[in-house]
Amino acid sequence: MKDNTLNLVLSAKNNRNTIILATELDSGQQIIINNNQVDNSNKEILLAAQSIINQGKSDVVNIDSKRWFINISLPPLRLVTVGAVHIAQPLAEIATISGYEVTIIDPRAAFANNKRFPNINILNEWPEEALINFNIDNRTAVVTLTHDPKLDDSALHAALKSDAFYIGSLGSKITHNARIARLKIASFSDNEIKRIHGPVGLPIGARSPQEIAISIMSQIIFTRNNFENSGTV
Amino acid sequence: MKQFDEILYKASLWRKENKSVALATVVTTWGSSPRPVGSQMAINEDLDILGSVSGGCIEGSVISEAQEIMKTGAPKLLKFGVSNSDAWEVGLTCGGKIEVFVEKIGDND
Repeated sequence: MKDNTLNLVLSAKNNRNTIILATELDSGQQIIINNNQVDNSNKEILLAAQSIINQGKSDVVNIDSKRWFINISLPPLRLVTVGAVHIAQPLAEIATISGYEVTIIDPRAAFANNKRFPNINILNEWPEEALINFNIDNRTAVVTLTHDPKLDDSALHAALKSDAFYIGSLGSKITHNARIARLKIASFSDNEIKRIHGPVGLPIGARSPQEIAISIMSQIIFTRNNFENSGTV
Repeated sequence: MKQFDEILYKASLWRKENKSVALATVVTTWGSSPRPVGSQMAINEDLDILGSVSGGCIEGSVISEAQEIMKTGAPKLLKFGVSNSDAWEVGLTCGGKIEVFVEKIGDND
């Protein structure tokens, strides 16, 4: 691999761009494939690899009796957390080491700051403002942690209108039932509301903020893997 | 800037220090394999290692091949699996088979 190729792959990943690197497994020859730029050098590979590129899954394809490894690097998965509460601290850490890019939204700068959340993106805005420019795609998970309808509800509205692969909302069954009632008044259907995981997290009997964070992250990972296995990445 | 691929990032830092670096990538898996296709491990001339290509079953063998590849610059496709025990002294205890592509990064072009 050329140094230049390595740098191109790294900068694409850091800019949240998909990058495809094709490697001929005998000679080690490499070509960077851009879906939008088809030319003679990559036409054949692009054609042979189209179905795995569409699926987003790296694999080996055969072209003229040569084997090419098509390595597809999709943008990093993202976690958007509304509420810079105590649980958000271990959750941000666990999500980061799980490979997620974490953003915390909370207008209260006393809670949401880089002292409490080192190296995490912080948006000190109301969720509806913050989420307007935030493209919630199917590689994004949204979790609300405040219990406060003023903050949580607008974030849930935005999440339910998006392709988020996971939506979770912290709160007891009573809190969640009240939330469901408010969402129904806001004209969300039962099927839409069912997308929200609440009470949030896998049932591991979590109590401490750290344990709850693990339970939430486990559910996000579980949902992501099921989603990818369903072949609709 | 925040980095989203620690392994490639570290490899790029090693290259900036003018170190020899090899990159191992899982390219195919059959049956039960501990790490999915695309998993990577970077190795430098000082034998600093980041990442993995299995659950620790074949790393030793990949690293010794990587040392050779850092010298020659010629990439290699390594095959591991229970059925290949004649070709390789190490195998995957989980019963899977994998292919690992090992290449040198930089100054081989």
